[in-house]
Amino acid sequence: MTDRTAQLIACHECDLLQRDIQLNPGCYASCPRCGAVLYRNATDSVDRTLAYNLAAAMVFIGANVFPIFSIEVQGDRSAITLFEAVLSLWDQGMRSISLLVFLTAMAAPAAELISITYLLLPLKLGKVPPSYPLFMRVLQFIEPWCMVEVLMLGVLVSLVKLTNNFRVIPGMALWSFAVLTLLLAAAAASFNAHDVWAQLDAKWKERVSS
Amino acid sequence: MTPGAPIAAARGLCSCHVCQMVSRRTERGRVAHCPRCGARLHFRRPGSVQRCWALVIASFILYVPANLLIMMETGSLITYRKDTIVSGVVHLWKTGSWMIAVIVFIASVAIPLLKLFSLTLLLISVQRRSTWNPRQRTRLYRLVEAVGRWSMLDIYVVTLLAALVQLGSMATVKAGPAAVAFGAVVVLTMFATMEFDPRLIWDPLQKEEFHD
Repeated sequence: MTDRTAQLIACHECDLLQRDIQLNPGCYASCPRCGAVLYRNATDSVDRTLAYNLAAAMVFIGANVFPIFSIEVQGDRSAITLFEAVLSLWDQGMRSISLLVFLTAMAAPAAELISITYLLLPLKLGKVPPSYPLFMRVLQFIEPWCMVEVLMLGVLVSLVKLTNNFRVIPGMALWSFAVLTLLLAAAAASFNAHDVWAQLDAKWKERVSS
Repeated sequence: MTPGAPIAAARGLCSCHVCQMVSRRTERGRVAHCPRCGARLHFRRPGSVQRCWALVIASFILYVPANLLIMMETGSLITYRKDTIVSGVVHLWKTGSWMIAVIVFIASVAIPLLKLFSLTLLLISVQRRSTWNPRQRTRLYRLVEAVGRWSMLDIYVVTLLAALVQLGSMATVKAGPAAVAFGAVVVLTMFATMEFDPRLIWDPLQKEEFHD
């Protein structure tokens, strides 16, 4: 029974049963009934995702340490980092908004970067990370809440709004966020959850049986 | 592909919502777990329609204060403005920032409305077991899922401006109460989108009904 069901896949959007076939690199399988993308076979999925992810982790630190932009009024300069913005809003009494920004722009991306590294680095080295189903689940739960690209657009909109009244100096974090957006998109495009599950599962079974 | 299509649930097969593995669920009514990742198995998301309705209705209610209350207060030596979401967009348009006005309009006005009305349409059609154009309705769901996050734009803009522009009497920007209501609308509609099970759109094509 398990052998027969193992080759099946049910579309997550319309529940149509289909056979899970091996794809050529760079191709994706879509459901013939509703058109949903079932799974993809990105080229060198694990290697590339890991590379983009590690690069993104480094840029992420830069994006949080350096100020996003600063404004200059009569020689006075005031600059903020993302975390300072979150703290400032907390002090102004808008705690729910402050928390929302912290979770979607800082905590969620950090958790995503950590989970992917935790899962893929051991996999790349031929090991199985302990309690990997939990981390896969965390990753799946967190993905819609990681909004770096929206924050990037928000930064640009505020930049334009500020230039009407002030002299604005873009900071390091502005560029870091731009690069981070691209790296996270690249990592998401090469990540293949379907394949990672299969690989981790196979490795786990191998270890249990030996 | 219509009535004869092989549906997993119709054959007692259940696809795991975490790892997508298809496994057989023998006894109905008993709790089953995915053999690969241990997540609980359900043929359909339990209580999907009810929970989605609750979240959509809550969002509709919060959408009113989000648009009527003040989103952002801007003060300087010469002027003092209180802007709601819409008046902020209008002000941007009038002062010549057309591009930004259009972006903010799409993110803060068009997308939340699109989400709320699309989810309402999907929920009503699913409850009436409509067989009307399931492929288009699935596509609508996919669109709602993809664009929903962009509504957060205004929240980020308000946060950044309110935090940066704190220059005493020279210039200040303050976030208004509408920001809280609007943030809640964004979060609730995102949860509503996650609660909705798109497989329900296709179930009326089948003779059987699937639950849980």
